[in-house]
Amino acid sequence: MKKIKTIFDNIGLPRLIIGLFFVGLVITSLVLGFDAGPLFSDVLRRWLMYGILVLAMIPGVQSGIGLNFGISLGISAGLLGAVLSMEISYLGNWAEKFGAGSAWLTLLLALTIGIVLAGIVGTLYGLLLNRVKGSEMTVSTYVGFSVIAFMNIVWLSFTFKNGELSWPLQGKGLRNTASLAGSFGGILSNPDVVKNTQPAWLHWLAFRVGGVTIPLGLILVFALCCFIVWLFFRSKLGIAMSAAGENQLFTRSSGINVDRKRIQGTAFSTILGAVGIIMYAQTYGFLQLYNAPLMMGFAAVASILIGGASVMRAKISHVLIGALLFQGILVTALPVVNEVIEIGTLPEVLRIIISNGIILYALSKTKGGNQ
Amino acid sequence: MKNNNFLKKLGTYLFENKVMIAFAIVCIGAIIVSKSPMSFIVDGVITRIGRNTFTVLALIIPVVAGLGLNFGIVIGAIAAQIAVFWSVYWGFQGIQGMLICLLMATPLAILFGFLVGKLFNKMKGAEMIAGLILGFFADGLYQLLFLVIIGGVIPVDNPTIIISGGVGVKNTIDLTNNLKYAIDSVRMVDMITILFYAMLIITAVKAVLHLLKKYTFKKPDAINFGIIAVIFALSYIPVIERWLFADRLVLLQVLTIALIIIGLLQVYKIVKEKLINKNANFLLAKPIFTIILCGVIYGLTYIPKVEDVLLTVKIPLLPFILIALLCLFNQKILDTRFGQNMRTVGQSQSVAMASGINVDRTRVLAMIISTVLASWGQLIYLQNIGTFSTYGAHTQIAQFAIAALLVGGASVQKATNRQALIGVLLFHTLFIVAPQAGKNLFDNAQLGEYFRVFVSYGVIALSLAMHAWKLVKKEMAPTSQDT
Repeated sequence: MKKIKTIFDNIGLPRLIIGLFFVGLVITSLVLGFDAGPLFSDVLRRWLMYGILVLAMIPGVQSGIGLNFGISLGISAGLLGAVLSMEISYLGNWAEKFGAGSAWLTLLLALTIGIVLAGIVGTLYGLLLNRVKGSEMTVSTYVGFSVIAFMNIVWLSFTFKNGELSWPLQGKGLRNTASLAGSFGGILSNPDVVKNTQPAWLHWLAFRVGGVTIPLGLILVFALCCFIVWLFFRSKLGIAMSAAGENQLFTRSSGINVDRKRIQGTAFSTILGAVGIIMYAQTYGFLQLYNAPLMMGFAAVASILIGGASVMRAKISHVLIGALLFQGILVTALPVVNEVIEIGTLPEVLRIIISNGIILYALSKTKGGNQ
Repeated sequence: MKNNNFLKKLGTYLFENKVMIAFAIVCIGAIIVSKSPMSFIVDGVITRIGRNTFTVLALIIPVVAGLGLNFGIVIGAIAAQIAVFWSVYWGFQGIQGMLICLLMATPLAILFGFLVGKLFNKMKGAEMIAGLILGFFADGLYQLLFLVIIGGVIPVDNPTIIISGGVGVKNTIDLTNNLKYAIDSVRMVDMITILFYAMLIITAVKAVLHLLKKYTFKKPDAINFGIIAVIFALSYIPVIERWLFADRLVLLQVLTIALIIIGLLQVYKIVKEKLINKNANFLLAKPIFTIILCGVIYGLTYIPKVEDVLLTVKIPLLPFILIALLCLFNQKILDTRFGQNMRTVGQSQSVAMASGINVDRTRVLAMIISTVLASWGQLIYLQNIGTFSTYGAHTQIAQFAIAALLVGGASVQKATNRQALIGVLLFHTLFIVAPQAGKNLFDNAQLGEYFRVFVSYGVIALSLAMHAWKLVKKEMAPTSQDT
């Protein structure tokens, strides 16, 4: 009996409810006669698509800044990198020069610009967060919103030559959603794209087994990111960072510069955010600019909390479980709901309730414990 | 020496009001760049002040009680919107429909405010982030109610407001023939009549209580009733009655009346202090300066351009009266014992606890008041705007109200009526001129729109960061002394 209770405590009530809900949805959809193949493919795709964004929460939580609602900074840096890289590749006529390689070069350049920008912005952001210790989450939420609003102005003022990015007639401002079909969209995850554009020796990047699509390239990238994070928190720097997040006074007395560790953690989180949004766009096939990323930070925060993380502690297993459950519910809910009652927006409503409910629950847990 | 002192005072004044001043400069710049006609701007600003100020004023009490900026007013707005939906669904119209809304929204808001207050007591120190998330969460439940439960669980049948499948409420509900201008269009004559009967009942009750020896009937009671009765009697004089039939007044008239009232108040002050109380320390300079200022402002109205604007713009009266009453309420409640308790709780919870104040209860009460006021504010907003966008009307409420309050110079710990009023004025001026200014400057109206949104987010981010910074400094100070 005691053992059951410990297991129950380890899983936690919200995770248990949401997990059961997910299992229920999957069973219902199978009973209702939906094809298991596409369903499973969709869950897998969405899971990996959001995975790195959720992973970006770990350095934030571990270094002590809490849930990084300001991941929008990293997202904006990533988007900026993608947009600039696409424009450069268009101006340099990469498609003719490099053929199938141009998509890879564009992706690499996007990642490079994104990571560099995110590193700079993240460091500055870390400096700010050190000044507002204790209120990081409130401040970062609104910093995140402000950045998205600021980027709206930036997107609107760019005048780019690339027709896939800019509005066709006005010549000023970027599109709301820019297709990546001619660029790096789907080159790691979409079997059709891989087959049509890539040489035969790269066809393993994405393929179909039965009805299930395996985006092996994306899986490898996600696994690599997880591995880097895992390795990082086993390095000296990573351990010092976790210590700084756990107990500031103790860490300071053992000679570690807590503020610096927090800045590094914030920068790392922001960089992962930039990588995350580029991989997201790659999988989705479109770049979403303007207000689309406004609430993405909330989804990432909710995911890692569902996975079992708290404001003080987060692990890679939390990322894997959380992203799977959260995205899994959203994917499976739509067809099931449509079968029962025809309200297409219900999964969206569900997303709002679940994500904010879980964040609220986590906040009440930590703050309530301090009383 | 005196000059130096004055400069110093001016310096601190400028520093304390830096946000407001910076914003005023941006506003003036935007007005000049936009080249919009003045009458258009003034008209827009007046409309928006009437529409939004009540909600902004609802934020003040939680700030006083130490709960910070109440992002949870979204929940008050939701209470109002549930009431509006049912009132429209049942087919009520005009002021009657508005009263139904009020009767439904108030208890709902009290319940919601109670729950939010309870939750905030569990998360002391994290009220703002909790309120923000709670707002999103409540929005999700609201959507569930309006999209699925109404029609899906509760049977409803009204093709004009329900989606054709019979489940869920349409995106927008037109209020044109039922609630639009239900508050704006209340005539003065009706207000006076209602006020008279209300006073009559109150006075009668007091008189009965006096006879029962439970209350001593005082002279002011009789005088107050007398004044109302005289005004009520005056309203039967045909000329005045015709004038009172109006529900809106031209701005010029309102301004004139306001200036006269302010002037008379100052004269009353002088007479009271100098002649009755014989207060030697009383300085004449301030009231006389105010009177002269009123005179100058009145004189300015004779400039043809100003007069044109003042004559074209009309003010709906009741919303502005309600706003004035709420200002008065915010002011007066601080003088009561409850208000004092709130202030103590706001300054230091441990001190409040030590002096025997029930901290949790005070905080819950503050949240209830704020939520109820926010729901009333949303009713005023919806009846003025005339179309109820079912899934969008409440989403931005907290953000815009808080940004407006902060623009007026308020902070997380201090907010006053004056800051709220100035903030609404500045914030909504920018709202009106920003698109046109963006168009003239960058040939793109959308850019002005985005700039405005950026400002509203940015000002909140900035003031939250400054508040947090101050808190950290405060914490650091004693430790640095120790070492």
